[in-house]
Amino acid sequence: MTDLAWIDAALAAARPRAVGALVRYFRDLDAAEEAFQNASLKALEAWPRNGPPRDPAAWLIFVARNAGIDAARRARKQTELPTDAAAPGDPGELVEHLDAADYRDDILRLLFICCHPELPPSQQIAVALRIVSGLSVKQIARAFLISEVAMEQRITRAKARIAAANVPFESPGPVERAERIAVVAATIYLVFNEGYSTSSEQVARAELCNEAIRLARLLLRMFADVPELLGLTALMLLNHARTPARFDDGAIVLLEAQDRARWDRDLIGEGLALLDKAMRHRTPGPYQVQAAIAALHARAARAEDTDWRQIDLLYAALERLQPSPVVTLNRAVALAKVQGPDAALAMIEPLADALDGYFHFHGLRGGLLEQLGRLAEARTCFDRAIALARTPAEAAHIRQHLDALHAR
Amino acid sequence: MLYAIFCYDDEAVTCGWSKDKDDEVMANLGAVQARLTAQGRLGPVARLMPTTTATTIRKGKEPVVMDGPFAETKEQLLGFYVLECESLDDAIAAANDLARASGSAGAFELRPIQLFRPGGPVG
Repeated sequence: MTDLAWIDAALAAARPRAVGALVRYFRDLDAAEEAFQNASLKALEAWPRNGPPRDPAAWLIFVARNAGIDAARRARKQTELPTDAAAPGDPGELVEHLDAADYRDDILRLLFICCHPELPPSQQIAVALRIVSGLSVKQIARAFLISEVAMEQRITRAKARIAAANVPFESPGPVERAERIAVVAATIYLVFNEGYSTSSEQVARAELCNEAIRLARLLLRMFADVPELLGLTALMLLNHARTPARFDDGAIVLLEAQDRARWDRDLIGEGLALLDKAMRHRTPGPYQVQAAIAALHARAARAEDTDWRQIDLLYAALERLQPSPVVTLNRAVALAKVQGPDAALAMIEPLADALDGYFHFHGLRGGLLEQLGRLAEARTCFDRAIALARTPAEAAHIRQHLDALHAR
Repeated sequence: MLYAIFCYDDEAVTCGWSKDKDDEVMANLGAVQARLTAQGRLGPVARLMPTTTATTIRKGKEPVVMDGPFAETKEQLLGFYVLECESLDDAIAAANDLARASGSAGAFELRPIQLFRPGGPVG
């Protein structure tokens, strides 16, 4: 690896911890970001010359803090900065200080600020990617398929709301810490889904999945024994493992038709290992159950080996933990395999009102009716699904069904 | 003398590599390993899953099972090699080759092996 590539990777890895500490110090997101940027520029000068520091994050915090203090002094002569910790004399001391494990709460606070429940989900994702992951506005805009200007505005609005939300800077108690972890986990899953629900093999959007997994691993390294964090990370790894097989020339390849040899075995192995660890705690949660479902798919060597009965049971558990019409809809897919299309159709009919505007509802209903030979009704469902398709790939998939119907 | 070469690096960095980058590093390391294998010196090689998959058991009257790696350090144990070396210099030379091939930061720890049982084929 070249010097520059190494420094890039080291800066990205150090960023959450460094910016987290700087936010605690400056109590201001913009000031922390700016100080981190300055320190990164200094790192680009100093590291190739002096070799990499033993602890890049500590180095960056030390340099950024000093630069920030100088800037503040210039701006307002003799300003008292908050001193929750005495400014250490050299990076060595700072390293000791950071090892006191409070960096965990720094990173969690930073993530929590970005994922604040008062922000709409689209802003949570954007600001988390910008501040924590350090993606450029351009990169994020490309992933969301909107202009750079619009994304810049979205992030600016989010930051204004964050400043108004006034997140407390004290270390959280255990209950509050658990709540923060849950909020952050939900945003990480949003980032993942934003990337996963992509319509094609677009690199920019697939990057979102990698970023979500990176954030989850980061959180998991700090809070190793939280079963739902283990479950969430496993869930994302197991789903992401299928990415290489999910598209063929831009067209959707359904799970059953995917070439399982193209699934990423390393990611599957890691996901299964994490799920194993989660289950040991015997405190099930929605992420763990969804990961267990993904694991059953991952374990099936061929589509016909899939344990649909177990998947049906897991969806039933998920319905209890997190009742939602979409969960029931997914359960119906498993039920159709176990008990046939009649039972599945009976299960989803009550959802018609709740899911009337949902592409997958009409797609599944059409498919079940088609299996039952009720072709005219099936056609009506597929027409409705096409009207609701969000991507050309989704529409093309339903059109195949319609063409097949016409051929009958 | 048999040596164990333990590889340490910041997992936040290595797990952040793109698939292409990871493939490139593994290919570079593979070339060094092939050479050592041809010399009849390379034993088992292992790359470990991230420490998030680790479980620690604290021994005692009632062993305690904990999530996470044994030691929380800035650099994590990522994998190891077992290598036949004439001398410490020899081991250092091999580790240097591996270091150049991987190109990342981090560290190798070289430890002479006291007892080695290769075991049967696994996996």
